[in-house]
Amino acid sequence: MRDFYGVTLDSPLMLGTAQYPSPAVMQQAFAASGASVATVSLRRESGQGQAFGQIVRDLGIHILPNTAGCHNAREAITTARMAREIFETNWIKLEVIGHADTLQPDPFGLLEAAETLAADGFEVFPYTTEDQVLAQRLIDAGCRVLMPWGAPIGSGMGLNNRYGLRTLREAFPDIPMVIDAGIGLPSHAADALEMGFDAVLLNSAVAQAGDPVAMARAFGLAVQAGALAAGADPMGVRDMGAPSTPLIGKAWL
Amino acid sequence: MRDITVIGAGVAGLFAAWHLSQQGWHPRIIDRNGPPGPHGCSWWAGGMLAPICEGVTADPLIARLGAQAADDWAQVTTVTRHGTLVVALDRDRAELSRFARRAPGHVMLDGAALAELKPDLADHRHALHIPPEAHLNPRQALADLLAALQDRGITVETAEADAQDIAGPVIDARGMAASLPDLRGVRGEMIVLHAPDITLTRPVRLLHPRHPLYVVPRGGGIFMLGATQIESDARRPITARALLEMLSAAYVLDARFAEASVLETGTDLRPAFRDNIPRVTVRGRVLHLNGLFRHGYLMAPALARQAADYLTHQTRGELIHED
Repeated sequence: MRDFYGVTLDSPLMLGTAQYPSPAVMQQAFAASGASVATVSLRRESGQGQAFGQIVRDLGIHILPNTAGCHNAREAITTARMAREIFETNWIKLEVIGHADTLQPDPFGLLEAAETLAADGFEVFPYTTEDQVLAQRLIDAGCRVLMPWGAPIGSGMGLNNRYGLRTLREAFPDIPMVIDAGIGLPSHAADALEMGFDAVLLNSAVAQAGDPVAMARAFGLAVQAGALAAGADPMGVRDMGAPSTPLIGKAWL
Repeated sequence: MRDITVIGAGVAGLFAAWHLSQQGWHPRIIDRNGPPGPHGCSWWAGGMLAPICEGVTADPLIARLGAQAADDWAQVTTVTRHGTLVVALDRDRAELSRFARRAPGHVMLDGAALAELKPDLADHRHALHIPPEAHLNPRQALADLLAALQDRGITVETAEADAQDIAGPVIDARGMAASLPDLRGVRGEMIVLHAPDITLTRPVRLLHPRHPLYVVPRGGGIFMLGATQIESDARRPITARALLEMLSAAYVLDARFAEASVLETGTDLRPAFRDNIPRVTVRGRVLHLNGLFRHGYLMAPALARQAADYLTHQTRGELIHED
């Protein structure tokens, strides 16, 4: 598995900490999922709430603070600095929202914030589209991880642009990539890993499920399956049916 | 009559005193801030008795124990039993279907049925009605509960109190002030509007993936808008963001809310344990009633009854936790 700024993860699953019925259910979901990273939003949750921040720390896994809800570079940079102080980590999931409805990233604000934060010693995980040019610019700015979206945040649509994502994956084979946003089902997560992505990040798909703990376990199993499959060199797609066993010598009657 | 001291005159403390007095106890209620008022989070509640809607996301125990709340409250205050309306915008229909799957006893309304039930909301083409639910006016309910206690000779003394210095059994219902282990504050913000043209008579919940809202009618054209739920223990006044989001959502629900007078805004912390389920923590002769989260009026009757039953009959209800 590729490492994320020098950290090798036990599981390719990153899980968000918002929207659970209760912190207790969240704790059980994390345990059931085997997630190795917990993302936490600074803007609203735990702005000054010591208690919730402590519950997240008590999960005992890597914390990836995010700048969810920031609509420009300046806001995102301020939030990132606050996050670094509170959670004592250089990791930051950089999210600069460009459209209030689709929540798609603002590529210009994202690049601006990534440049500033990388220069300031942050290890930036930019939430980006599958755009290859932007990806190159983010890498040039100092990003060593990319987080392309699967689909708009909270939409649960899975991998919306498979061609674009595959092209991105192939264009930067050495950059660790996390599919972030749009994952609705365990099959979407397995799909992402089978395509060669290094991890997936999701929140609503687990937190909003009728049984978050069962869904968390399903995602834990799916990422394991996807990662195993990716490492096992999957067969190629053929245009025609091809027999697994030779036909010659087979009894016909 | 057996003596007992109740510290904290919020919804939990007062309801505990009420149940205890019915079981032959004589409670003495002490609160450092005196009778209920803006200092307590019970003051800022919505007053929805909506076990089915809450059960959509909460632990099943909340829906089960909360189902009795309307009957319990009806003994002391006016409870309006018009059910709850749940609406969603066209593009969020999926949210409504999910909600319906998890809300037993709902009635699915099409545009015509909704127009019949509530013409003001006819623009919303998809809605659920949840007939068994009810609501009350929290501040009136506290006043009525206080009056009912007063009829039995029980009043609230304004004084500092420490359970250690008090002889005999003690109910500690101080909410956040009790600082129990694992008790955290969950920030909530609310708005009170006067919109005399709007005639809603039952609580309305607007489902939205980012800006959910509920509107609770208080009568006389007054409506309570609530409530944010933020994992933060900041007590600062309502944020501009919360105002914008809640008022925008209200405007989408009924455009006439734009002309409403803003009477009041409020913020407080809901005391909650990690499972967001209230509990009676028994520590020797002190019973801590706490962690009502967003279910103060819904769960206080059940919590208070289990505490009283424990003291009177040594019954161990499912909310009882012996330390």
